[in-house]
Amino acid sequence: MTDIRYLSPDTLDEAIKAFAAAGSAARILAGGTDLLVQMRSGAVRPGLIVDIKKIPDMTTIEETADGGFRVGAAVPGAVLAEHGRFGKVWPGVLEAVNLIGSTQVQGRASAGGNLCNGSPAGDSVPAMIAAGAIATVQGPNGRREMPVEKVPAGPGRTHLLPGEILVSFSLPPRPPGSGDAYLRMIPRTEMDIAVVGCGVSLTLKNGVCTAARVGLGAVAPTVLLVEAAAKALIGGKLDDAALNAAASACSAACRPIDDKRGTIAYRTRIAGVLLKRTVAIAAHRAGGN
Amino acid sequence: MAKLHVSTTINGEPAEFLCEPGDTMLDALRGPLGLTGSKEGCASGDCGACSITLDNRLVCSCLMLAAEAEGQDIRTIEGMAQGEKLHPLQQKFLEMAALQCGICTSGMLVASEALLQKNPRPSEEEVRFWLAGNLCRCTGYDKIVRAVLETAADMREAAQ
Repeated sequence: MTDIRYLSPDTLDEAIKAFAAAGSAARILAGGTDLLVQMRSGAVRPGLIVDIKKIPDMTTIEETADGGFRVGAAVPGAVLAEHGRFGKVWPGVLEAVNLIGSTQVQGRASAGGNLCNGSPAGDSVPAMIAAGAIATVQGPNGRREMPVEKVPAGPGRTHLLPGEILVSFSLPPRPPGSGDAYLRMIPRTEMDIAVVGCGVSLTLKNGVCTAARVGLGAVAPTVLLVEAAAKALIGGKLDDAALNAAASACSAACRPIDDKRGTIAYRTRIAGVLLKRTVAIAAHRAGGN
Repeated sequence: MAKLHVSTTINGEPAEFLCEPGDTMLDALRGPLGLTGSKEGCASGDCGACSITLDNRLVCSCLMLAAEAEGQDIRTIEGMAQGEKLHPLQQKFLEMAALQCGICTSGMLVASEALLQKNPRPSEEEVRFWLAGNLCRCTGYDKIVRAVLETAADMREAAQ
């Protein structure tokens, strides 16, 4: 353990410089709830740890002039929950973030870390994808934006380039009549890893669904944006036929693993069931907005 | 590589210690700082026996690097009693036998105190959810939850 270096820079430029210079042995520290477990188990032996929590962009939540939100990559779940407005506008994203771990974990764990950890079962990721969130990343060659669904590359891997750091999420302004929700299936009531996770964001106008996005987790090597399910929901009144079509699209998108947490058949079926339940909650919330 | 020098505040007192960059806060507490009230159960953030507060926020000290304590405000179980006078939660845990082997107890107390500071009137469900990250293999939780609820009621009454 003696060959580890720890840095906690005050600026993003310093962080990127150090992170890029250290190459593949470097790790970013936000809440540490994945990194410290991986270090302890010996899965990861970082040569350099770059703590990003002293960088203001990483730890702040801003409501933008157009009604959107910018959430710093290292904002802990508990801090997001205490924000006066975020949970009212994006209750589905908030409930997804807040499902990660215990009270203690919520005090540290961030949506940015959840995304960069690359788990197909990360709870915040399907909800962020459904929300249409854009990830801002910055590296030695400058800043760029990528839709959240383009970030995961496979279990434990992302499409961030060497030296790039996730800075923040941008969530778009909400039209009237919008709602979102996240549900996950786990064999117990809490403190568990999703067997299937489903995020839905939609907009209703006079009872007709005018926009929808569906994110599906833990059923493929990466969290999925299921465009076919959204298409089945848009243009109609969310009747049984539309819900059945969207559920079938979710099941059809599944390419899950078979393990002790859930079989392929079970995960595939549950993906459709969760889609219907999540849509119902999102639609109810949309009705109240 | 030289050790890191960390200046922090622990239970209201300035404190300094040396640590390796990869050491956890729990390593520092139990090692150079000699504060062994925080326990190592799982070392992976599942059991809550190492619970402390970091700038008033409940965290697992096993999931925090010791180096991160620089300039922060740390509170541990050792800061809970005022001299010989136990905190009402500690007193109630004793009276109601809300512990058996005691390994989880300091974490339970630190977590429960953080709850009552945030929410002086928690429901049973809120107590159970809040403490879901504190594992106890002895009590079955019932006595712990009841002790927290009774302490909350006592503290509300005392505050009136």
